[in-house]
Amino acid sequence: MRHLLSIDDLGRAGIDEVCELAESFLQVTQREIPKVPALRGKTVASVFYEDSTRTRLSFETAAKRLSADTMTFSVSTSSVKKGESLRDTVQTIEAMGVDALVVRHPSAGAPNRVATWVDAAVVNAGDGRHEHPTQALLDVFTIRRHRGRDLEDARVAIVGDVRRSRVARSGTKALAALGARVTLVGPPTMLPENLDGWPATAVCDLDAVLGDLDVIYLLRIQHERRDATHFPSLREYTTRYGLTVERAARLAPDTLVMHPGPLNRGVEIAPEVAEGPASVITEQVANGVAIRMAVLYSILGSGTLGTGAVVV
Amino acid sequence: MFRADVLDADDLRRAHTRIAHEIVERNHGAQHLVLIGLYTRGIAVARRLAAAIESFEGVAVPVGALDVAFYRDDIALRSVQPLGPTEVPVDVTGRTVILVDDVLFTGRTVRAALDALTELGRPTTVQLAVLVDRGHRELPIRADFVGKNLPTKRAEDVRVHLAETDGGTDGIELWGPGHGSGADGDPGDGAGAVER
Repeated sequence: MRHLLSIDDLGRAGIDEVCELAESFLQVTQREIPKVPALRGKTVASVFYEDSTRTRLSFETAAKRLSADTMTFSVSTSSVKKGESLRDTVQTIEAMGVDALVVRHPSAGAPNRVATWVDAAVVNAGDGRHEHPTQALLDVFTIRRHRGRDLEDARVAIVGDVRRSRVARSGTKALAALGARVTLVGPPTMLPENLDGWPATAVCDLDAVLGDLDVIYLLRIQHERRDATHFPSLREYTTRYGLTVERAARLAPDTLVMHPGPLNRGVEIAPEVAEGPASVITEQVANGVAIRMAVLYSILGSGTLGTGAVVV
Repeated sequence: MFRADVLDADDLRRAHTRIAHEIVERNHGAQHLVLIGLYTRGIAVARRLAAAIESFEGVAVPVGALDVAFYRDDIALRSVQPLGPTEVPVDVTGRTVILVDDVLFTGRTVRAALDALTELGRPTTVQLAVLVDRGHRELPIRADFVGKNLPTKRAEDVRVHLAETDGGTDGIELWGPGHGSGADGDPGDGAGAVER
């Protein structure tokens, strides 16, 4: 694997491989010394043009547990404010001797552009409404750890502002690649205008599918973005699409409740449900470190030689 | 291609028994031992040694499994994938650790194992037991307990078959290019003889 820009780069075999590797790394993270020397001498830079504490910390923790060096570039404290272009910025960072760039950017496709400008490996940590492949991998990994490796015909509902969600887009692709049946749920203003590129079905009525699910995946309502809810009010959203205590009671007993975080407690999910026995939300966070270790190891470790150059 | 039988099932049984006795003799008992096998066949060998020690010494020596993949120094040179979970049932600190593998070759796997072991604790002593020492060391590492010293050429291949990992019957074979003779030290000679 040269870069990880999209779930499409992996396919079913690649998803399997990363998940198996992550199982080993999850074990490493649970040891007293949760660290292996696999990427000693490599440097991983986080280049974040959008705020994201948890994804950035997850990648940096993953890199450190592989003994790589890390550096952080965040736009709020950088020369981007002085007008430096994305290309100049990433080439400058690469010139400092970086083996991998972990890129988050508000524009779809920015990591793909970066990959054409640098020799270093590029990992997409979220680009606009496009993709967030490591989130999809950690979600699939989490479901597999509960339901077993075979996700053929597993029923997954992804609920929320699907249309604007890179988590939903990457997640749907990854789940569909493994044979799961994905249903996108939300009001018409939040569902994709058409299902091109979405291997899924779409419905507007959450209550109609609620009792028949292996996984319910709630997306975060990004109410901090002005008019981003595309819905009359948060209260109305919660009434129709929130996983309230009443709705949670109607889930099958083994349905997993998932959320990419950060939570809007009381909006898309009730606090009691987020902390309830069906919730695997904190496991998702722990699994995220293991998955990102697996991705960084696949790109920088096994079978590569020298700075970012892939030999095999 | 040529193929020569080096050790058959009976030879291997005797080698395991002898190594088990030597381990207990060298350490004046089996009380503070832990056997840690390296993936994949080292674990099977470690279990056999533990069973042998229990049969004549009456002490159940704990057996662990160690995956050294992420500690190897050739990660960048080839595809290195983990082989299984590291599981050591006891704290190694203050114990005598016997690292166990099937074949000792360059010594690089053992070097990685020493690093991996260090992160699990601080053993009092670390010793190494192998079924076959085939030479060609690239590091200053030697085995404390050896089933058979086997002179080989670098290009040759030592193939270990153990019932637990490979099915069928136990045996060790030497495979190499060319005809049946001509390897330095005909591996057929003295098969089963024990060398130290």
